[in-house]
Amino acid sequence: MSASSNFINIGERTNVAGSARFKRLIVDGDFAEALSVARQQVENGAQIIDINMDDGLIDGAAAMSTYLNLLASEPDIARVPIMIDSSKWDVIEAGLKCVQGKSVVNSISLKEGEKQFLEQAELVRRYGAAAVIMAFDEGGQAETADHKFEICKRAYDLLTANGFPPQDIIFDPNIFAVATGIEEHNDYAVAFFEATRRIKKHLPYARVSGGLSNVSFSFRGNNPVREAMHSVFLYHAIKAGLDMAIVNAGQLTIYDRIPDRLKSRVEDVILNKRDDATDRLLEVAQYYAGGKKRLKKTDEEWRKLDVNGRLSHALVNGITKYIVADTEEARMASERPLHVIEGPLMSGMNEVGDLFGEGKMFLPQVVKSARVMKQAVAHLLPFMDAEKKLLGTVDVSNGRIVMATVKGDVHDIGKNIVGVVLQCNGYEVIDLGVMAPCEKILETAKEVNADIIGLSGLITPSLDEMVYVAGEMQRQGLNLPLMIGGATTSITHTAVKIEPAYTDNSTVYVQDASRAVGVVTKLLGENVESFKDETKAQYEKSRAAHARAQTGRERLSIQDARANKCAIDWDGYKAPKPSFLGAKTFKNYDLNIVRPYIDWTPFFATWELKGRYPDILEHDVYGKAARDLYRDAQAMLDKILSENWVYAQVTLGFWPAVSKGDDIQLFTDESRSEDLAVFHTLRQQMVKSEGRKNYALSDFVAPENANQDYVGGFCVTAGLGEGTRVRDFKAADDDYSAILFQALCDRLAEALAEHLHERVRREFWGYEKYARFGVKGLVAEDYLGIRPAPGYPAQPDHTEKAVLFKLLGGDATGVKLTESFAMHPASSVSGLYFSHADSLYFGVGKIEKDQVQDYAKRKGMSLAEAERWLAPILNY
Amino acid sequence: MTIHPRKIWPKIEQAIKDRVLILDGAMGTMLQAYKLTEADFRGTEFADWASPLRGNNDLLNITKPDAVRDVHAAFFEAGADMIETNTFNATTISQADYGLSEHAGAIAEAGAKIARKVADEWSEKTPDKPRAVLGALGPLSKTLSLSPKVEDPGYRDVDFDQVVASYKTQIEAMLGYVDVLLIETIFDTLNAKAAIFAAKEVFAAKGQELPIMISGTITDKSGRTLSGQTVEAFWHSIAHAKPFAVGLNCALGAEEMRPYVQALAKIADSYILAYPNAGLPNAFGEYDETPTHMCSHMIPWVEDGLVNIVGGCCGSTPAHITKLANKASILSPRQSPEITPKLRLSGLEPFVLGAR
Repeated sequence: MSASSNFINIGERTNVAGSARFKRLIVDGDFAEALSVARQQVENGAQIIDINMDDGLIDGAAAMSTYLNLLASEPDIARVPIMIDSSKWDVIEAGLKCVQGKSVVNSISLKEGEKQFLEQAELVRRYGAAAVIMAFDEGGQAETADHKFEICKRAYDLLTANGFPPQDIIFDPNIFAVATGIEEHNDYAVAFFEATRRIKKHLPYARVSGGLSNVSFSFRGNNPVREAMHSVFLYHAIKAGLDMAIVNAGQLTIYDRIPDRLKSRVEDVILNKRDDATDRLLEVAQYYAGGKKRLKKTDEEWRKLDVNGRLSHALVNGITKYIVADTEEARMASERPLHVIEGPLMSGMNEVGDLFGEGKMFLPQVVKSARVMKQAVAHLLPFMDAEKKLLGTVDVSNGRIVMATVKGDVHDIGKNIVGVVLQCNGYEVIDLGVMAPCEKILETAKEVNADIIGLSGLITPSLDEMVYVAGEMQRQGLNLPLMIGGATTSITHTAVKIEPAYTDNSTVYVQDASRAVGVVTKLLGENVESFKDETKAQYEKSRAAHARAQTGRERLSIQDARANKCAIDWDGYKAPKPSFLGAKTFKNYDLNIVRPYIDWTPFFATWELKGRYPDILEHDVYGKAARDLYRDAQAMLDKILSENWVYAQVTLGFWPAVSKGDDIQLFTDESRSEDLAVFHTLRQQMVKSEGRKNYALSDFVAPENANQDYVGGFCVTAGLGEGTRVRDFKAADDDYSAILFQALCDRLAEALAEHLHERVRREFWGYEKYARFGVKGLVAEDYLGIRPAPGYPAQPDHTEKAVLFKLLGGDATGVKLTESFAMHPASSVSGLYFSHADSLYFGVGKIEKDQVQDYAKRKGMSLAEAERWLAPILNY
Repeated sequence: MTIHPRKIWPKIEQAIKDRVLILDGAMGTMLQAYKLTEADFRGTEFADWASPLRGNNDLLNITKPDAVRDVHAAFFEAGADMIETNTFNATTISQADYGLSEHAGAIAEAGAKIARKVADEWSEKTPDKPRAVLGALGPLSKTLSLSPKVEDPGYRDVDFDQVVASYKTQIEAMLGYVDVLLIETIFDTLNAKAAIFAAKEVFAAKGQELPIMISGTITDKSGRTLSGQTVEAFWHSIAHAKPFAVGLNCALGAEEMRPYVQALAKIADSYILAYPNAGLPNAFGEYDETPTHMCSHMIPWVEDGLVNIVGGCCGSTPAHITKLANKASILSPRQSPEITPKLRLSGLEPFVLGAR
């Protein structure tokens, strides 16, 4: 920018509203790292740094003080002046009390009338600061040049008459979004320039500033176009007299380097030169978006609807592009910001709810709608805060639900989906995340006066934890409904184990996300008692059926089962020898190689779209939902891989081994003289028809005195760095992307496990020398050898993971085990490798006490402990 | 709001236009010569006080008022136009070191009364040379911009509101007796800003306003305050007080202080005040710069038009002040520069919009 020699860049990244990363750091209390954001701004040439802590999740005044106090001890940052940015006066004042330099307050205005304005101005003086004055008065924010100037002039006259030095006045005549598709917005930039010109001419010594990023709001996601808009806007604004602006100091395009065609179209928009300027910019915008030169046809007809119609359309179709501008327009037209939520937004969401209920919309679409809703609400929140009213979500909540993935478990995709669906339906969800201890769940429920508690879990030990939580609810007398969900939960377990532990109120099993709203509505509805009675009756039946099944199920004794083991003929068998022994780790494993191994069918199942890929894309009912989801998934996958959103790590190992009964003994080396570890396995005890065997995994390893055999083990993760990005998405009110991302990481981990298994068969263990299978073949299990995982049907005991992880080097795998032996990060897969051609996947099924007693003895556990870990498969 | 209706002040305002005014020297240095004992510090008033009180010079306003009065008188005798009250530590926060927070107001008031009385006597004695009292507000034993814990840089011993409250107590106690408030020996600008804030609150509440003088301390040749600001940044931070005079004192001798006085004189449209130490401390921690030597550095400040008020800080005695008064008060004072109104901000360093 040539005209910028005297122009001041104000760093914008230390703003929780503008930077998801900064916000996450503040919310997490990672102030040290948050300081580095400020340092970067200064290094990038910011001459003032704007600090803003306005967020519902943050105690603004406390965060402002803490941050500024820490900043004071960093001379390379503290050398520049601070702009203390908040819509809340108490936050501004907290900031003023921590800075020794002369800072700038951003902002005060005539919004609440002259008295408050002058009082605050006097305090600004008393604290020794300059002030940004917004062109905002009792009637609202000024949009036209005349109105902007008029408000600024009035403020100027009032201030100077009361002794406020004119050189300490900085006006912000409101930079609003242009190219929103709304005609009245087209002149916003021009109005800003004109107002700036007049301020500089008629109000001596006063300065002009603005928040630059607003202007390009409609092009979020298209940074090249946004940067071009910023640059063009600044070019003209500086000529008009703009002195400073809040900008991302590291990201300003040079005006003269904007491609000609883009520049001319952006100029048309900024200067409002022609009626079709927005359309013409949209036309070319996609050429510049993220490198893809594909011109996408967009149907923008709906932009011609009235604002309520547009909000409804955006919600139903999950379009976030214009939502902030539309919400803002609706807000301006409403008496109170809350009315926008209660009116058009809720009615749009009701439509979504209805369509979902009618089976005309599907989960991915609903989650996208929720994203639109959240972003709209996020835009309104500061205004509602300013109103000193309760948060809108509290006001309009249909009920409050505390949800958590229980202690020891890290899986939360399903829970997140349920949370979003509930939020869409006007319920307030307090999500305690994963690994939530019982005390925290119950304390939170009491503290927020919850209407319902929802528990989720994926691995079997979580079932026990849920029973414990239910028991504690009973003991502490919480008396509110309990919802149970997650992959391992079932109506039977809920009826048999959880409900009896908690008799004070209702316990309801929720089979999938689609049913969550129905259940919650009933639990909080008028006919709750009859619903509770129905549920109780149903669970009574379920318990009876379970009891009948128990008595009817005949099992073999463990001796008889062992007698019917899978007796592989080891005579003359020559076990393949792995290419190395011990464990090896590959860090930063290239996920691009892994992509073709993704099995998409379970991905769609995550979103409750059931059907096999790729047929599902042509499905009669949800083909469109599936196609849209698949397209979003592919686009995100591109980014995950090209921008390294996550890192993958692979650890695998092989050890000399023999089977000893139902155990597998591992040795330190080929001499087989020193014991290393033991894998314990479980054997099927169901009665088999003639010729079918009672399997245990140890059957697949050669016994002593036979040829020398080996077993392998592995742990792969595609989730290193996953948590941070999920938090970023959630912080940006984008649950759709958060869930999509988690689901993709899961798929990548599974794909990585498949890919690694192939390398093991062909390379590391090297027993499979023939041609590579296609991906379809892999999923159909058309290959030799298996990779069963502890905690899954062939070995339902999760505690065996402890043995495996110790062998693999523990933390060296990049994965940690929780107290329930869940792997953290969740997008991880582990298991054992067996090479024999006869090895196969099976389910242990229910087992008898005789085996459990024997197993406990082998593992050196008490019977009670063994029973606890094996609870889901006990046949007694 | 009206300026404090003391008769003396308009005469001072007139005098400063014509000549360089002389400030006193070091109260502490002078009191040391009395070799006061613990019993002297306690007096009858605090004979039974639980903690040791020796070294609490401000307490002498109550327990040994004659000594304080004699020092003031000696400096007036030496030719000072203005003296500072013996109230450097007369705040609730600083007196907490002696367990005397509750008495801080009384100590400040006693100090202000003594100084007033001596000044009025001298004004009467030399009607051509009006004598004024500066109510001294020291920097406090606790600081707002620095953490006392190395491992926890965000920690603070004290917060802004507490500092404001502490200064308010002192200002309210002295308001009726002094001609000016002097916020001095500032090594943390935020403490000074709290003092300014406190002063403005008291003025607003009492409907009575006093002129303010502000004096910062550049700790060493880095040219920065202890809290890291340059002289220019410091000025931007406190200019909103519209001080009658702004300047520097303590830490440096006259020779070392010159460049910073010069920097301030160039940018501030207030009168300039400077009272350096009598050199840098020697091996025994004593100040031994002679009056002649000190003057040899300070008189050129006057000749070069850098200052309007000069005096001495640590180590400077009536002999130093006599020498200074004899030489400086016959020279013409600095003329304030015209300062164009511009947006001036600061962090540790100054920021001026349109400076380049």
